[in-house]
Amino acid sequence: MGPNPKMRKEFFDSTRSSPFPDEVLERVLSLLKSHKDLSPEIVARRFPRVKSVTLKGKPRFSDFNLVPENWGADVHPWLVVFAAKYPFLEELRLKRMAVSDESLEFLAINFPNFKVLSLLSCDGFSTDGLAAIATHCKNLTQLDIHENGIDDKSGSWLSCFPENFTSLEVLNFANLNTDVNFDALERLVSRCKSLKVLKASKSISLEHLQRLLVCAPQLIELGTGSLMPELTACQYAQLENAFNQLKNLSTLSGLWEASAPYLPVLYPACTNLTFLNLSYAFLQSHELESLLCQCPHLRRLWVLDTVGDKGLEAVGSNCPLLEELRVFPADPFDEEVIHGVTEAGFLAVSYGCRRLHYVLYFCRQMTNAAVATIVQNCPDFTHFRLCIMNPGQPDYVTNEPMDEAFGAVVRTCTKLQRLSVSGLLTDLTFEYIGQYAKNLETLSVAFAGSSDRGMQCMLEGCPKLRKLEIRDCPFGNAALLSGLEKYESMRSLWMSACNVTMNGCRLLAREMPRLNVEVMKDDGSDDSQADKVYVYRSVVGPRRDAPPCVLTLSGL
Amino acid sequence: MSSIPKEHDYIGLSEAPSMEKISDKLSSSSSTLSTEENINSKSSSTSLNLKETELRLGLPGSQSPERKLILPAAGVSLFGKDIDTNSTNGYPLGPLKNLVSGVKRGFSDAIVGSSGKWVFSGSNGSEKSCVAGPAKKDDVAQSPKPVLEKNSQVAAANENSSAPAAKAQVVGWPPIRSFRKNTMASSLVKNNEDVEGKSGYGCLYVKVSMDGAPYLRKVDLKTYNNYLDLSSALEKMFSCFTIGQCGSHGLRGQDGLTESRLKDILHGSEYVLTYEDKDGDWMLVGDVPWDMFTDSCRRLRIMKGSEAIGLAPRAMEKCKNRN
Repeated sequence: MGPNPKMRKEFFDSTRSSPFPDEVLERVLSLLKSHKDLSPEIVARRFPRVKSVTLKGKPRFSDFNLVPENWGADVHPWLVVFAAKYPFLEELRLKRMAVSDESLEFLAINFPNFKVLSLLSCDGFSTDGLAAIATHCKNLTQLDIHENGIDDKSGSWLSCFPENFTSLEVLNFANLNTDVNFDALERLVSRCKSLKVLKASKSISLEHLQRLLVCAPQLIELGTGSLMPELTACQYAQLENAFNQLKNLSTLSGLWEASAPYLPVLYPACTNLTFLNLSYAFLQSHELESLLCQCPHLRRLWVLDTVGDKGLEAVGSNCPLLEELRVFPADPFDEEVIHGVTEAGFLAVSYGCRRLHYVLYFCRQMTNAAVATIVQNCPDFTHFRLCIMNPGQPDYVTNEPMDEAFGAVVRTCTKLQRLSVSGLLTDLTFEYIGQYAKNLETLSVAFAGSSDRGMQCMLEGCPKLRKLEIRDCPFGNAALLSGLEKYESMRSLWMSACNVTMNGCRLLAREMPRLNVEVMKDDGSDDSQADKVYVYRSVVGPRRDAPPCVLTLSGL
Repeated sequence: MSSIPKEHDYIGLSEAPSMEKISDKLSSSSSTLSTEENINSKSSSTSLNLKETELRLGLPGSQSPERKLILPAAGVSLFGKDIDTNSTNGYPLGPLKNLVSGVKRGFSDAIVGSSGKWVFSGSNGSEKSCVAGPAKKDDVAQSPKPVLEKNSQVAAANENSSAPAAKAQVVGWPPIRSFRKNTMASSLVKNNEDVEGKSGYGCLYVKVSMDGAPYLRKVDLKTYNNYLDLSSALEKMFSCFTIGQCGSHGLRGQDGLTESRLKDILHGSEYVLTYEDKDGDWMLVGDVPWDMFTDSCRRLRIMKGSEAIGLAPRAMEKCKNRN
């Protein structure tokens, strides 16, 4: 029973004899990657003492609405077992899990030592659940609420922290919109002397921000609130001064509604920045450039494509230490807009930032030649995620498929672990990937390939492949069935809107009894089609929390 | 349906047979060109009303002299009608090269050695021609049809069935988390409301329409620094349609048009780039310094030269007053 979690457990195994004192062992993280579907009971049996748990539930494509909402991954059964077996649980990090307010309240009440809660891309809860956490978790050090499908009813949860509560070190409520009681927040920040990370929401104004910074000059990570202009000259000066006090800041984010005149207040705090997250700030190229000039040690940068190629040129010129770049589209769905970044921007970055190894790049045009040059400049890519937003778009100069681009990537970047491909791609791309991508673990494919051969190449090559997610590709049963043995060494396979049929899935399930083959049908689709298929290893057979729309074919 | 679109050869006026095949495909298949919902067209300006989009430099009825290329456009129209070599509507081009043969040329090329990258590749019969920009709406043979918001059918992915109107979004594509999507959407609405036609922080979106083209585009004027950048972008954007000259006249001399140049332009071109200023007047692009233009431009229109004639007097007036 239970969702399909990938569990990473940091645990202390008391049955092992060890020369180290308990306190040391507790801090030694024995990371056990267990990628089979487990049930809470099994976990509890195998790992008698656990302080920290990370659970990842739904397939990644659930982020993009491709997975039915009630698919599963409910955290509650886990909490029930944990309450019995790990009452001293301290940390819980959940990703893509279904979490209810009841679960949060259960968590808050049943774990007296509870310290760290992180929720990323989860859904099913509201701010009421947060209120329960704030009310009951006396030892809380981290509350990190990040990009969830949360029902944001009110900001009153923040006022639930008791007045004598002082242990908070991390508070991230950046993605909530409702107003919190500012006075309560100010008092909270003042009394939590160990607060290192504060990421505020849009509801926090510049004036509020100034007051918070005065209370917490020790911050290492700051997410500002809204930078909408509303300051007097005197207030501006005070704000500048407050930023001046932030000598230890390494991460800056937020900047909602960033307004050019106010960006300079940030400058004094930028000297030691290593991570700048501007992915919600509609900045122009010159604004970005001015900001980047202040950040000589930048290693990670997230921006919106409003900065354009010019902005990326500025990145290339000003960020020699850059290791990670993510460029998000400001307006991904408006097809009328000619906007954003092109191959030119990416090229400019590659010339200036030779240490780049992680890129996520959304663009509307790209060329094979540019990508080949980019990877020549930056051969150390470990994560190369290129999204040409128009499905199936070729090289816009030559009109050829983008096969050679990704061929260049896999040939040149021998350390590549994660790859997302896009644009017009034939089977040749997958031949290249299968042949060269020896370290590839995660591969995402959409609107690509010409035949079953494409998928076969991926499955026959790529010795380290763990996660393969495919959508809208012409791969059918032959392709699916070419990977039988491979799936047992993989974490999961997702295929949606391909040419796989129910019969193909049944065959797979029959041949490979240790796999769960889940099929989800779309409304009104043909009975024989397997619209969405999710395959993963399991030792416990079909999960019992699957809703009716998910059919599990299992050999067990 | 009117005649099958054929492609133009600027110089020789002969049709490239390979393109004909494509044109056939386009008009007979579920071409996205004909199924666009957001057709902003007068009834006569559908994709198949080719006369409107015929590529010429001269105004109807005129013989255009051999000219130095400062102007226009190299654009091959997929919608273009075949040029009858005997037509009195004459000919244009002279030095303009044949896009179809794969030479990429744009008017910006002619002006200052710009890259002139045409998205439209003449590569002989490639089915993928004319795919950038508006191309997203073309059927590209190899890629399966994206799953659409409603009626997502796997089976459909294999048919060459018509993609419903371009506006329909593909579920979960581009792959952006809901949280970010929703945040961006509400911020954009806010931005656009604030800056509708006006300068504001963030962006300055103006609509661009072209007479004869089936749909509008939008551009953010803030992403360009001068007329050259703007014209390059428009060139790419509308490369699938015939495009006469687009504002290139604005590139010569930053101090604006002179009366004589203006005359040259109007006599030499089929299309001109015009804009509506904040007073509601339609002006020729290029007659004011760039910054003044971005401040006052509410929207752009690539207008047929014949209609632009009427703008000339006002522009002349302004030129005179300025000079």
